[in-house]
Amino acid sequence: MAIFLNKDSKVIVQGMTGATGMKHTKLMLGDGTNIVGGVNPRKAGTSVDFDGTEVPVFGSVKEAMEKTGANVSVLFVPPAFAKAAVVEAIDAEIPLAVVITEGIAVHDSAAFWAYAKAKGNKTRIIGPNCPGLITPGQSNAGIIPGDITKPGRIGLVSKSGTLTYQMMYELRDIGFSSAVGIGGDPVIGTTHIDALKAFQDDPDTDLIVMIGEIGGDAEERAADFIKEHVTKPVVGYVAGFTAPEGKTMGHAGAIVSGSSGTAQAKKEALEAAGVKVGKTPSETALLAREILAG
Amino acid sequence: MDLFEYQARDLFAKHGVPVLAGEVIDTPEAAREVTERLGGRSVVKAQVKVGGRGKAGGVKLADSPDDAVEKSRQILGMDIKGHTVHKVMIAETAPEIAEEYYVSYLLDRTNRTFLAMASVEGGMDIEEVAATKPEALAKVPVDANEGVTKEKAQEIVAQAKFPAEVADKVADVLVTLWQTFIKEDALLVEVNPLAKVASGDVLALDGKVSLDANAEFRQPEHAALEDKAAANPLEAAAKAKGLNYVKLDGQVGIIGNGAGLVMSTLDVVAYAGEKHGGVKPANFLDIGGGASAEVMANGLEIILGDPDVKSVFVNVFGGITACDEVANGIVQALELLKSKGENVTKPLVVRLDGNNAELGRKILSDANHPLVQRVDTMDGAADKAAELAAAK
Repeated sequence: MAIFLNKDSKVIVQGMTGATGMKHTKLMLGDGTNIVGGVNPRKAGTSVDFDGTEVPVFGSVKEAMEKTGANVSVLFVPPAFAKAAVVEAIDAEIPLAVVITEGIAVHDSAAFWAYAKAKGNKTRIIGPNCPGLITPGQSNAGIIPGDITKPGRIGLVSKSGTLTYQMMYELRDIGFSSAVGIGGDPVIGTTHIDALKAFQDDPDTDLIVMIGEIGGDAEERAADFIKEHVTKPVVGYVAGFTAPEGKTMGHAGAIVSGSSGTAQAKKEALEAAGVKVGKTPSETALLAREILAG
Repeated sequence: MDLFEYQARDLFAKHGVPVLAGEVIDTPEAAREVTERLGGRSVVKAQVKVGGRGKAGGVKLADSPDDAVEKSRQILGMDIKGHTVHKVMIAETAPEIAEEYYVSYLLDRTNRTFLAMASVEGGMDIEEVAATKPEALAKVPVDANEGVTKEKAQEIVAQAKFPAEVADKVADVLVTLWQTFIKEDALLVEVNPLAKVASGDVLALDGKVSLDANAEFRQPEHAALEDKAAANPLEAAAKAKGLNYVKLDGQVGIIGNGAGLVMSTLDVVAYAGEKHGGVKPANFLDIGGGASAEVMANGLEIILGDPDVKSVFVNVFGGITACDEVANGIVQALELLKSKGENVTKPLVVRLDGNNAELGRKILSDANHPLVQRVDTMDGAADKAAELAAAK
């Protein structure tokens, strides 16, 4: 089953013909992803050879969907053009758009989010500034290394890419149903809550690991959601306890402003909702193991 | 990036928000000429990026050009909540103020939309108004694609219950302030107070603007607004090399890949430090994915240049990045620094995991550099780095 992405997903890549797009399309193909096309209006009608796999290039997301039945788009479009590319995906009503691009201006992400909402949220947006998502053994939409782990029954949702990898590695022997990197920007499409809900409903997921970091109140709201709606065990980790106020820690959204957005507040909120929160990534992995061992 | 008041004022003026005349100066003598031009009286305002400067004595009325020089002399160099005053704004004195209001636009992260906030109870700290009299602060969502038209501005004015005689003028300010917000790619624009003066006009007497660093590609003028004097020299050097670095006050230098992992590394080092005399992380440094030997060398150079650093912890999880490349990067970086004549004496603890970790570890072992120690778990490596920092 898994969430948002599975072996039947037909994936297109917006920005496939750029250097980053080329590199990761090749890697995604290697992980078994069914990539059915790329999008680039200037190269429409051509195709790109990835070690013997010919991937056709289409002029638009709409055309790619009509010709291939694509239902997922992964975007490697540079920041300056990302808004237009996401709007194009929304207009085409593709069910899932995974925005890998880092460094998109907040006014642009706020604008495409408002646009998606006005269009009835027919397109699920993951990201921006995220590693994408993987359903091990089935499909990989983004830049998460496909060989860290194997299929299994843990669901993972995380704001951070490298912490996603770290956690998948720590629990590689158990394996994952799906792992979703939602991104560290102030405005993101899919939230912790969206992923928690999907994992709760996914019969192939037994336990959920949730990774958060400083900034905003998404973890606190996720804690409220867990209390009300999640019956599966949830293990949590929050990064940024030592982050000083007013300094952005790498991710545009990772900033403590006054008393809001602190790691301590997030940890307390999660614990109050019954989530076991680890002090380090390794301790978090250990907590997950203990729960799964019964 | 948070701006000074005078920079905010300039942006307001550029987009048609009514402001008073004023000029920023950094020597007391310069206050004379500006005050003369303003008609012989002025307000001397400390330029610091922190609230409460009025109470701290950082805003003073000057009755004459000489007085303006004297007041500037008093304020320049003053310390306001840890911020030294390097500049003052010599502003036109406000006409008699009848009422003080508050208006702002900001990002509402929770609801993923923009938000207009407005209150007829301006002039004081708006967080206090929000806490003590929440009914006095109107919060109106603004759709990013629809923006603030005159009609929308009137809706905000109505919700905040502005008096009828200023409603239209405040609505005009809201429209021009929105233009400032979107055209400058701001994360926050705030006018406090927005004053109603005796003539019935409304004026932005003080304001805050925060700009989005991600929008620099289409806001080339914003680079000039950066306060280079205030930046930590290590942070400035790192920025010049395109590194994502934040100086902290501990002793363990940190290099890692990925913002989340580096944040986590700081925490793990701080926990480990509790057992080693309370040593703490000295910095945040994310070298990003696929870091080359050159990037690693640049990062190491910045960190080794920090006199507070006693040991260095390189924490890399190879995702797409291969650990053998990282290991080569470390070895080459140390050689590069040596060839530049730098005498590296601080111990490095390196933890490599993930993609090609075995190969990377072998490269480090083969290089057998006397300062480099390999520890293969994150918690164990953090402990070692903290121990080494404490021993120095």
